[in-house]
Amino acid sequence: MIATILTQILGALTVAAALMVVISKHPVRSVLYLVVTFFFISGLYIMMNAQFLAIVNLIVYAGAIMVLFLFVLMLLNLNKESEPKTPTLSWIIASIAAGTLFVVFIAALKDIVLVSQPGDNVALSNIGLVKNLGNTLFTKYVVPFEISSILFISAMVGAILLAKREKQMID
Amino acid sequence: MRVEGLVFILLALPLLGGLINGMLGKHLPKNISGALGTGVIFTCFLIVLTLFNKVNSPVQVDVFTLLKLDQFSIQINFLIDHLSIWMALIITGIGTLIHLFSMGYMKDDEGYYKFFTYLNLFIFAMLLLVLGGNYLILFFGWEGVGICSFLLIGFHYSDPKKGIANSLAARKAFVMNRIGDAGLIFAIFMLLNAFGTLNFLEIAQTVEQMPTVSTVMFLGITLCLFLAATGKSAQIPLFTWLPDAMAGPTPVSALIHAATMVTAGIYLVARSNFLFEMAPLTKDIMLYVGVATSIAAAFMALRQNDIKKVLAYSTVSQLGLMVVALGLGAYSVAIFHVTTHAFFKALLFLGSGSVIHGMHHEQDIRKMGGLRKIMPITHWTFLIGTLAISGFPLLSGFFSKDEILGHLFSYNPLIYGLLMVSVAMTAIYMFRLYFLTFHGDYRGDKHTWDHAHESPLNMTIPLMILAVFSIFGGLLNLPGLFFHDSAHWLTGYLHSIPGMHLIEHASPDMNTTLGLMGIASLLSIGVLLWAFQNYVRKGSLAKGDEALKGWEKVSNRKLYWDEMYHMLFVKPVEWLGVQTQNIVEERGIKSGIDGFTNLIGRAGNLLRRLQNGSVSSYLSWMVIGMILFVVFYLIKGN
Amino acid sequence: MPQATPINVDFYVILATLLFVIGAFGVMIRRNMIVLLMCIELMLNAVNLLMVTFSCYYNNADAQIFVFFIIVVAAAEATVGLSILILAYRQLRTIDISIFNKLKG
Repeated sequence: MIATILTQILGALTVAAALMVVISKHPVRSVLYLVVTFFFISGLYIMMNAQFLAIVNLIVYAGAIMVLFLFVLMLLNLNKESEPKTPTLSWIIASIAAGTLFVVFIAALKDIVLVSQPGDNVALSNIGLVKNLGNTLFTKYVVPFEISSILFISAMVGAILLAKREKQMID
Repeated sequence: MRVEGLVFILLALPLLGGLINGMLGKHLPKNISGALGTGVIFTCFLIVLTLFNKVNSPVQVDVFTLLKLDQFSIQINFLIDHLSIWMALIITGIGTLIHLFSMGYMKDDEGYYKFFTYLNLFIFAMLLLVLGGNYLILFFGWEGVGICSFLLIGFHYSDPKKGIANSLAARKAFVMNRIGDAGLIFAIFMLLNAFGTLNFLEIAQTVEQMPTVSTVMFLGITLCLFLAATGKSAQIPLFTWLPDAMAGPTPVSALIHAATMVTAGIYLVARSNFLFEMAPLTKDIMLYVGVATSIAAAFMALRQNDIKKVLAYSTVSQLGLMVVALGLGAYSVAIFHVTTHAFFKALLFLGSGSVIHGMHHEQDIRKMGGLRKIMPITHWTFLIGTLAISGFPLLSGFFSKDEILGHLFSYNPLIYGLLMVSVAMTAIYMFRLYFLTFHGDYRGDKHTWDHAHESPLNMTIPLMILAVFSIFGGLLNLPGLFFHDSAHWLTGYLHSIPGMHLIEHASPDMNTTLGLMGIASLLSIGVLLWAFQNYVRKGSLAKGDEALKGWEKVSNRKLYWDEMYHMLFVKPVEWLGVQTQNIVEERGIKSGIDGFTNLIGRAGNLLRRLQNGSVSSYLSWMVIGMILFVVFYLIKGN
Repeated sequence: MPQATPINVDFYVILATLLFVIGAFGVMIRRNMIVLLMCIELMLNAVNLLMVTFSCYYNNADAQIFVFFIIVVAAAEATVGLSILILAYRQLRTIDISIFNKLKG
């Protein structure tokens, strides 16, 4: 009972925070609202007993990526006045498009009959625990796990190379 | 050798000759080129002589079946019977003589080899026409001679003075022939529909055995065939191309427009005799058309001043006589006149060619006169030809004309009277031509007179040969009076062709024949004397164009026939063309097409605005695309 | 041990869809490039949420592993994207996305 209400509250807060991300004029505030959204999403993960992902979400996403965004934002020294203004026409088109998209998705999803296999514990499962998840990760998916390290290396090298300041040419 | 082999060689030789001359002729010396062309046709003549000896009853040479359906079938085959052999004899025989003549006449021409190519190809097409065993092969040959006629009439198309006129004359001949060809095509369709086959033998057999074809169908078929015949054989209404066709070199006029191509129409009707016998109305129409053409053309020839034009109208008039014979159902008599006409008309044309050659291409008889002193051989042969065509007693023309007149008299004496008018006019204008050209004082340019000469041997030998045939050609089909045993040899010879044995024709009886012969003889001798008196003794000269008045002017202006056609047919079509160009093309098509391309351009411009480079609009479009995708699958159902 | 509460799948599905749509809306509307990238991250998270939901519903760990990898890739992508952005800022002195319209037809 409490869990249901808690889930619903968390969901509402998530939506509110996401909306603030999109709407707010100050870019720094957008970033902070996004961090808040991530917190709430992690909360939702915990409600589903996906503990590992909740922590990973917080540490990696909110902790690292958002901090990166914030760094770049500070570096570029942007504030409310230099924020580009979107024309009203764009607002209208985007609203209509987004609204239509939502309606269409709901229409597509409304007739879905979810089939659960017999023996499924429709209740909260233990699948999100670190132990179980680690079991699957290091047996079935160990190769993608290793390859992702290569991905990281290339991303790092790429980022450093791209953002390096060019040497001044001496004429 | 078997008949099939002979036929193949007969057809292959002129085709090969034409191809060799066409492809290699530029590099061959002129003598070789000409000799090749002439030799080929002479060989063909020998082959036809062999066939003449060999073949007694119709032989059909099948090659292969072109098309075989349930309703009808079409084959490629050739029919060798007495009619086709006889026509082939005329074609190859006179063809050889004309090739020989051309070797001398076209000696100074640059397109020498081209001329012989076209001539050989023409002989090939004409042989195809007469040897064909069904209407389709005949049609191939029909079209082939049309094309060769076009090529040969417009032979000097690049001549600076007259090149355009030559081309226009060739075009006129072709277009008028085409109208006739439409008739032939319709006739072929109707024949396929009615009989399911186009073979002469099969249709003749079907007709013999009381066919189930309606009279209207026979009428339609024969009328269409006659339309085709009027196109090729220059009858009213499709005859005005023949005088214009005199723009071609003289050997062309001799071969095509006197002896062979124009007789293709007569051949067609003779070949389809069984069809025409079932349609008496068509035969009546042919009779009247023939008489009308004969009289009209003879009238037009009375005051023409170009040698070749006089002969051209004379050809039209004589063809009218042949059509009259066909209209009476006397098919073999028509073929008899074809034969004698081929002899003396070719002779006359070649003779005029000799005159033109000697007078350095002068063709106006008002600038000639007294030529008998310079060109004796030409003079005597031309005289024989003139006498033959005028029906001078005992020459070939006399007998053939008399046969026609005899049959006509027993049918309807009134029409006989009309046709005698035409015969009289024929004699008048031919003798006028003869006397003004060869007698009296010379009225032309002195320089030309000094250089005028008799033609070389290769031009005069054909003249002499043809003169002999013109004199003795009557022996082929003498009436029963003389040599009773061998009388009507040609009629008997042609009796074995398909359909002919159905036709019973009795010649008029002895007294009528004698009487008619007497009338005709008196007429021709009388005109000869009058003409001699008028043109030689009195020296009545041909007037210049401006001085003509009254009936003379109408005759000289060819009864204003060309002008009438121009007003009736040419101008409306031209008007239509101008209207189409101005209205339909400018407004309709151009604005339609231009409008369409403009539309495409504007649509493209419109679409171009999508690519504005702004990322947010791209993203918006992506989302919209996503929506559409999902909606599509939603609607699809599964 | 957490109590056995049944997951209300409909709620999570609609929530995830809503977050996704909001993210899409933000992508269409915002012209600041950094915020644009952030909205893309938001969309990714919505997808993550959906996957975790179904993983718990079907008791299948594969979906959660997939979410793990999505996070990995998102991190790498954010890194590289931001470095490109810095480079662009150095040239153009602005991060308005409507400046990048040189590819128009």
